[in-house]
Amino acid sequence: MARRLRKFLPRDAVIAQPEALRVYECDGLSAYRQLPKLVILPRTVAQVQQVMRVCNELRVPVVSRGAGTGLSGGALPHADGIVLSLANMNALLQIDAVHRTARVQPGIRNLAVSEAVKHLGLFYAPDPSSQIACTIGGNVAENAGGVHCLKYGLTVHNILSLTIVTIDGELLTLGGGLDAPGYDLLALLIGSEGMLGVVVEVTLKLLPLPQSVQVLLAAFDTVEKAADSVAALIADGIIAAGLEMMDNPAIRAAEDFTQAGYPRAAAALLLCELDGIPQQVAAEVAVARRIFQQHGAVEIRVARDEHERARFWSGRKNAFPAVGRITPDYYCIDGTIPRKAVGAVLRQIARWSDEYGLPVANVFHAGDGNLHPLILYDANQPGALQKTEQLGGEILRLCLAVGGTITGEHGVGVEKVGEMCVQFNDHERAQMHAVREAFDPKRLLNPGKAIPTLARCAEYNAMHVHRGATRFAEIERL
Amino acid sequence: MSIPTPTPEADCQQALQQRVQTAYAQRQPQPLCIIGGDSKAFYGREAVGEPLHAGAHCGVLDYDPSELVITARAGTRMHAVQQLLAAEQQMLGFEPPRFSATTTVGGAVAAGLSGPRRPYAGAVRDFVLGVKIINGKGEVMRFGGQVMKNVAGFDIARLMVGAMGTLGVLLEVSLRVMPQPQAETTCRFAHRQPQQAIALFNQLAARPLPLSAAAWSDGTTRLRWSGNQAAVRNAVQSIGGEEESDAAGRAFWRQLRDHDLPFFGGEQPLLRYAVRAGTEVEVEVEPRKTNANADTNANAAQLLDWGGAQRWLRGAINLDELRKIAAAHGGHVTHFRHGDRQGEVFQSLSAPLHALHRRLKRAFDPAGILNPSRLYADL
Repeated sequence: MARRLRKFLPRDAVIAQPEALRVYECDGLSAYRQLPKLVILPRTVAQVQQVMRVCNELRVPVVSRGAGTGLSGGALPHADGIVLSLANMNALLQIDAVHRTARVQPGIRNLAVSEAVKHLGLFYAPDPSSQIACTIGGNVAENAGGVHCLKYGLTVHNILSLTIVTIDGELLTLGGGLDAPGYDLLALLIGSEGMLGVVVEVTLKLLPLPQSVQVLLAAFDTVEKAADSVAALIADGIIAAGLEMMDNPAIRAAEDFTQAGYPRAAAALLLCELDGIPQQVAAEVAVARRIFQQHGAVEIRVARDEHERARFWSGRKNAFPAVGRITPDYYCIDGTIPRKAVGAVLRQIARWSDEYGLPVANVFHAGDGNLHPLILYDANQPGALQKTEQLGGEILRLCLAVGGTITGEHGVGVEKVGEMCVQFNDHERAQMHAVREAFDPKRLLNPGKAIPTLARCAEYNAMHVHRGATRFAEIERL
Repeated sequence: MSIPTPTPEADCQQALQQRVQTAYAQRQPQPLCIIGGDSKAFYGREAVGEPLHAGAHCGVLDYDPSELVITARAGTRMHAVQQLLAAEQQMLGFEPPRFSATTTVGGAVAAGLSGPRRPYAGAVRDFVLGVKIINGKGEVMRFGGQVMKNVAGFDIARLMVGAMGTLGVLLEVSLRVMPQPQAETTCRFAHRQPQQAIALFNQLAARPLPLSAAAWSDGTTRLRWSGNQAAVRNAVQSIGGEEESDAAGRAFWRQLRDHDLPFFGGEQPLLRYAVRAGTEVEVEVEPRKTNANADTNANAAQLLDWGGAQRWLRGAINLDELRKIAAAHGGHVTHFRHGDRQGEVFQSLSAPLHALHRRLKRAFDPAGILNPSRLYADL
């Protein structure tokens, strides 16, 4: 295999030494590790095509990888396969200021795009928390979100076209302009976790930088009041650019770490960012303040300047490392629920937290219902990771029971393959496999991820489903 | 919260599923022609097969304004959904065309057509959160859901948008909704040539303005501003133009959306030329020869919508030539209405992409019974 690839790849594009492979053994979900056979670092589209042809011919599994910041093990190597790292294909190919688009290679960092177009008064909207490191190609694979999704959408709303290389080395362009003839394969590819093709070029939609940005901080003495004020704000017709909620354990951890000025005693904290045209923002700030007051906020602050705005955000943006500081390990869950279920879900999580003896801090994209419970544990304690994963599974199944989903933005990867058996029935999973085989009949692209096989689900269901539907009898079905 | 206006309700899932199962099980599989409100029978290639009336499967299943999501059976009339949303000062952001009063939610999703707001708020596919479908084997399946952020499994819900019913019979659709803007004002500019309109559109493109529609027809450019009062006032003052009355502005955008302008009348082929907004007008179109006393608009050969990204053409046009020009600009041409419905009405795909479409079609509909050849002759 290595010999075949070295025929057309430069020496440094093929990594085979075990110590060098070690770097690629896991992604952001480091609980899962596996060495690949080889790591390939192509520099051109033609090289990607050639690599794919060889892998297809020799039936070698291919795991594509960007920066490896994913949190669901989507880039976990396959023991018999190669890792195809797109990190060296990181050029910004073209900026079109009139049409507000940027054509980029997949290895470019998310934040680098916004930095490169800032002088034109433009930005790229999706901003996952790893944006300083994560790549656009990885964002496409995971349909990455961020804190501004409610207003600006996910990756799928901000990509105009993709060029992909298929498993047989064919080059396809999907999308283009505001629409394209045929099926919406652009939407299908986004979030497909590297199982349908390898992205080699992306055209991004850019947006004008908002002229005015304001942030409100509101503290509440119950989670319900905070949740109700979010619903009221939205019912009032205000689509905030960011609408984040933290519960008390998350507030305390963040405050201790960053001194953002958060009220440590509050049961829930809301950060509400409003952006746009100055007149509109000013009016919306007034409405938001009134709604928070009406819903019993114990404290409301509006950032007076850019410095204070950054300070308000610093706590939220550092919530994960802040929690990391107070516990040997933490496990981040990523479910989405209808907003109206937030109170009931957080109460149930608190009950389980006691039951399992594992503290949970909740960080929540309240605007779009995307919940990130952080389970605090110590991996050195025997059985602690297993217990944590059990609790995580309970939380995800609860998200489903209230009408939500097992993953809002982190993807299924290897982590949530089991829960896919609960979210989708046999027909639905078989349909997904059929879609996959239309692209990759030999199932060589990222095998074992995202869509579980029938056998895998039989095993999972034997473990879990007997507790299934009646498990949450105490929770109101919403 | 106000009580929603009741909409007609009927659950026909079982009957529809049985029809598909029966058609699939035949020795000679029976093609089905899916019909919702029958408002877009003109669109796509000529329909074949036994009618499958999906429009009877109707009713709003879930709508809570503070969740910004509505779930309805696919046969629910679009106007009923829009009335329900309007009562809560909400709307569908993609401004769906209603070519007749019977247009259904499922038909809007299957055809994937969006109205004047599309470049600024998003297309149908941007608002689809989940679907329930019957595939070509008669299996009922759900993809996506009722929440905005959802990355579990392949995005098969969005794949249904614009698939013209060739991959599945839509049973239910969940759509994200948007708040209505507080204020809306339309301003007009006298521009004899479409080039003048495109120059203005390009000038506005990169600026943070509350633009929600931009069109040129019959010597007039119209811009629609949407937002709160102050933001709209500010835009009107800084960009200028002649303000239209609310009624006239609303009427124009509705007529453009629903193809009720005189431009769209008559039986001549109507072409939809989708291209990057700023592309120079290169298409020479002979103005139509019509009755001298007809509306002035009837002589127009070209109409620009979507800030120049969607161009409607009528008159003696060489379709093959136009498709070549479009392809060179990364665009495409749809033979939208009238004329030959047996040839390819959508722009052809590259050979490998077409082959992939065929494999996908087989993955959903192995016997080829769902709206066969409506999208492409061999799909």
